[in-house]
Amino acid sequence: MSDPVAIEMRGITKRYPRVTANDGVDLSVRTGEIHAIIGENGAGKSTLMKVLYGLVAPDSGEMILSGAPFRPSGPRDAIRAGIGMVHQHFMLVDTLSVAENVILGDEPRRGYLLVDSDASRRRVEDLSRDYGLELDPDEKIENLSVGLEQRVEIVKVLYRGASILVLDEPTGVLTPSEVRDLFNILRALRESGRTIVFITHKLDEVLELADRITVMRDGKVTGVVDAASTTEAELAHMMVGREVLLRVSKSPAAPGDTVLDVRGLTVMGRKRTEAVKDVSLRICSGEILGIAGVQGNGQTELVEAVTGLREAAGGTITLCGRDITSLSPRRVRDSRVAHIPEDRQERGLVLSFTVAENLVFGRHHLRPNSSRGILDSRQVEQRARELIDENDLRPGDPDALAASLSGGNQQKLIVARELDGRPALLVASQPTRGVDVGAIEFVHRSLIALRDAGAAVLLVSAELTEIMALSDRIAVMYGGEVVAEFDGGGVTEDELGLLMTGGGHGDGAPVAAASPVDSDGGSPAGTADPDGGRVTC
Amino acid sequence: MLSDRKTGSWRGFVRVAGLLSPIIAVAAALLVGGIVVLAIGESPIRIYSILFRGAFGSVDSVGYVLFNACPLIFTGLAVAFAFRAGLFNIGGEGQLYVGSFACAWVGLRLGGVPAALAVPALVLVSAAGGAAWAAIPGYLKAKFGVHEVINTIMLNFIAVGLTSYLVINLLKEPGQMTPQTAEIAVSGQLPRLAGALQSVGIPLPDANPLNASFLIALGAVWLAWFILRRTTLGYEIRAVGHNASAAEYAGINVRRTLVLAMMISGAFAGLVASNEVMGFRHRYLDNFSSQIGFMGIAVALLGKNTPVGVLLAALLFGVLNTGALEVDVFTDVPRELILVLQAVTIILVVAVNEVLTRRLREREAATPAVPAKETS
Repeated sequence: MSDPVAIEMRGITKRYPRVTANDGVDLSVRTGEIHAIIGENGAGKSTLMKVLYGLVAPDSGEMILSGAPFRPSGPRDAIRAGIGMVHQHFMLVDTLSVAENVILGDEPRRGYLLVDSDASRRRVEDLSRDYGLELDPDEKIENLSVGLEQRVEIVKVLYRGASILVLDEPTGVLTPSEVRDLFNILRALRESGRTIVFITHKLDEVLELADRITVMRDGKVTGVVDAASTTEAELAHMMVGREVLLRVSKSPAAPGDTVLDVRGLTVMGRKRTEAVKDVSLRICSGEILGIAGVQGNGQTELVEAVTGLREAAGGTITLCGRDITSLSPRRVRDSRVAHIPEDRQERGLVLSFTVAENLVFGRHHLRPNSSRGILDSRQVEQRARELIDENDLRPGDPDALAASLSGGNQQKLIVARELDGRPALLVASQPTRGVDVGAIEFVHRSLIALRDAGAAVLLVSAELTEIMALSDRIAVMYGGEVVAEFDGGGVTEDELGLLMTGGGHGDGAPVAAASPVDSDGGSPAGTADPDGGRVTC
Repeated sequence: MLSDRKTGSWRGFVRVAGLLSPIIAVAAALLVGGIVVLAIGESPIRIYSILFRGAFGSVDSVGYVLFNACPLIFTGLAVAFAFRAGLFNIGGEGQLYVGSFACAWVGLRLGGVPAALAVPALVLVSAAGGAAWAAIPGYLKAKFGVHEVINTIMLNFIAVGLTSYLVINLLKEPGQMTPQTAEIAVSGQLPRLAGALQSVGIPLPDANPLNASFLIALGAVWLAWFILRRTTLGYEIRAVGHNASAAEYAGINVRRTLVLAMMISGAFAGLVASNEVMGFRHRYLDNFSSQIGFMGIAVALLGKNTPVGVLLAALLFGVLNTGALEVDVFTDVPRELILVLQAVTIILVVAVNEVLTRRLREREAATPAVPAKETS
C-alpha cells in the first residue's frame, strides 16, 4: 500500500540575494517514522520546510511524495497531498471554541448555509480521544494553556486528513511536563502510521523522540543518522562544525560579601494581584543563584522589581548595602546592575539601531560614550569594534542593523553589552531562550566568567538543565513564592520539576535557607577584596 | 572580508532605494497631473514649461521659490522631528500661530532694543511659543496616554480662535479694518536678502520678499540633524520612537523624552514666525497661515522624516507653489490643479514608499542572517 518513503527531496536549492538558504539539500523521510531536522538558527531548516509546504518555490531540485512527483504551487496543494504544518506561532482565533477553530475554512455543512456544529464537535472529540489529546471541543481558545493550544493546532491538521505532520520548533513554548505529553501524542500518531517531521535545535529532545535525524548547517545537510546510534556531542559537532562544550565546566563557587539582599518583596502583577509574595533572597559576590519555575509564577515581576522596571508593593531590595527599592531603572543601572531581559527583541534591543548603537544602549549617557549631552559616535564605534572582536559577533560590522543579526548573535550582543559595564549584579532572565547551541555555550561561559570575576548573578530560566548546570544555589518559585531553596548539587531535576508544578509544596519541603555563605553576624558589605581584579561592590 | 563588502553594497542599495521612492513618486505625480491637464483639453508640455519657467525663469522667481519653501521647512521639520519619537504632531498649525503671536506681542514692545538683542530674543520667543503649545499634548500623552493626534487637532482650533480674539480685541492696529497688529519694532525685523545678494552679483530685485529667515531655516535643518544624530537626547528620542519598552529597560525616562520631543517639534513650528512676522509682514496678521502647518505633514512624508529630506521636499513644494501662480495668470488651467498635483505626489510617495519598503523587508526577512562564513 503506502510507499516506504513518504518524502523525498532531492537537490533542493534556494538562493536569496545575500545568502543561499538551501544548497543542494537532500531529505528522505520514511513513512511512519519521526524524523528530526536539526540545525542552528539560519541553517536552512525552515526554508526547507517552506519549500515542502509550497510557501517557497525552490530554484532547483525536485520532490517526490509517496512515489509521485510533487510540485506544490501553494500550501493548498501541500494540504491536499496530506501534509500538515504546525507552525511555531499558533494561528487560532481566541474568541472561538476549539471545535470552531478546527473546522475553520473547511466546515462540515448542513444544507447549503448552515455549519453542522454537532458533526464538527464529534469529529474533534473522536480525534482528541484517539490520540490522547484531551480537548474539550466547546472550550474557548482564550481559556487554554499554550500546550493545549498546540494540541488544537495538531487536531486542525489531522482534521484536514494529514498523513505527514511537520512541527516547527514545537517545544520552545512548552513546560517540561507539556513536552512529555506532546511526545506521547507524537508517538501515538506514529503508531497510527503517520509520518512526523520535527524541527528543533534541542539535542536532548531529538535523541529522546526521533527515529532518524537530518543535521543541517549553512544551508547544507551535514549528516543523516539514526537516533539510536548517535550522541549529543556528535550531533552538536555536526551542527556547529566544531567541538562544542555542552556542559560548561565550573569551579566551586567562592562566595564573598552579600551583593543582593531581597527581603519580604511583594510585587503586583498585571492583573493587580500579588505576582510576587513576600520573597526573600540573598546573592553573594561570586555566586549564581538560579530561580527555577514554570513561566508565569512571578519570575518576570521579580526581575522587573529588582531592575527598577516595576515598583515594589512591599519589602526592600538592597544592593551592596544600599537600598535600591523602587529606584528608577536608570538609577538601578547606574548602581552597576546589568540585565539580560527575557525578551530580547521587546526589551533588549532597538532593532532599527545599528550594532554599535545597541552596544552602548543603557550606558549611552555615561562617559566616555557621552559628555555634556553630546554622543561621541567615534568612541561608540570604537568600543563596538572591540566588543565585536572580543565576542565574535557576526556580522562584524558596527554599522549593521541589529535586525539583520541572527537570534543567537542578537543575544550575544546583549550579553556582551551587559557584561561590558562590569556589573556587581547581573540579572539574567531566560538568557538562552531560542538561541542555537553555539550561542548557548557563549552565554553560559560568559555567566560563569562573570561569577568568577566576583559578580553576583541572578539567573531565571525555564530550562531546568540550564539551572542545574550553572547555579551554585537554586530557589524554586511557584505561585509567586519561593517554595524551596537548595545548594547546587543537592537536588535532582525530577525533584525540581515536582516543586515547580506545586507538588511537594505544603508537605514540608525544605525551605532551606542554608546558603553556603558565612552567617556569622552578617558583616556589612564593602570589605576590601584580597585578590585584585575582581568585580565586587 | 567578502561578506562585509556584500553587506556594504546591500546597504547602499537600500539607501538608494530610499532616495528613489520620492523621485519615482514625483515623476509619477507629474505624469498623473499631465493626464489631468490633457483631460481638460490643454497641452501638458505647455503647462509644465510655464510652471517651471514660473519657478526658475528668473532670479526673482527663484527667490520666490525659496521664500515659499521657507515656512514649509519649519513645519516639515516639526512633523519629522516628532515622528522620530513615534509621535504624530499634526498641531503645527496651532503651534505656528502661538509662536507667531508671541513673537509679534513681544516684538511690539522692543522699541529701542538693539537688533543684536531683539532678533535673537524674538527667534527664541517664537520657538518658545510653539514649544509651549506643543508641550500640552506632549504632557497629556506622557502622563495619561491620551493620543496626541486628537489633542493637537483640538489645540489647533483653540490656537486659531484664541489668537484671532486677541488680535481683534487687544492688539489690532488702531484705525485699521484689517485684523492685524501694528508693525513690530524695526530692530526686531529680519533683513531681506536682496541687498546682500546684489552685492555679490546676484540681481535679486529689492521687492523680493526672500529674507534672512531662510538662513534660520537652514540652521534649523542642521539643528534637527544635530540633535537627532549627535546628541544623547536625540539617541534617546530615536530609541523611544522605535521601541519604548526597550528604552525604558535601558533607563531612558520615556515620558520626559516624549514631552521634550514634542516641545522641540513645536519650537520648529513656532519658528515660522521668523519668516511670516519678523521677515515678511513685520506684523501679525490674523489667519495668515493658509495651511502651512498641515502642508508640513506632506513635506515630512515626502522627505521621509529626515531633516535633509524635509529641506528638499519643501523646496519642491516651493517650486510648485511659485510655478502655480504663473500657470494661473497665463493659462486657462486653474491653479487648483497644482494642489491636485501636490496631493497626488503625497499619495504616490506614500504608496511607492510602502511598496518599496515591503519589497525590501521581504528580502530581508527571507535572509535573516548574513551567512556566518569564515573569512580567510
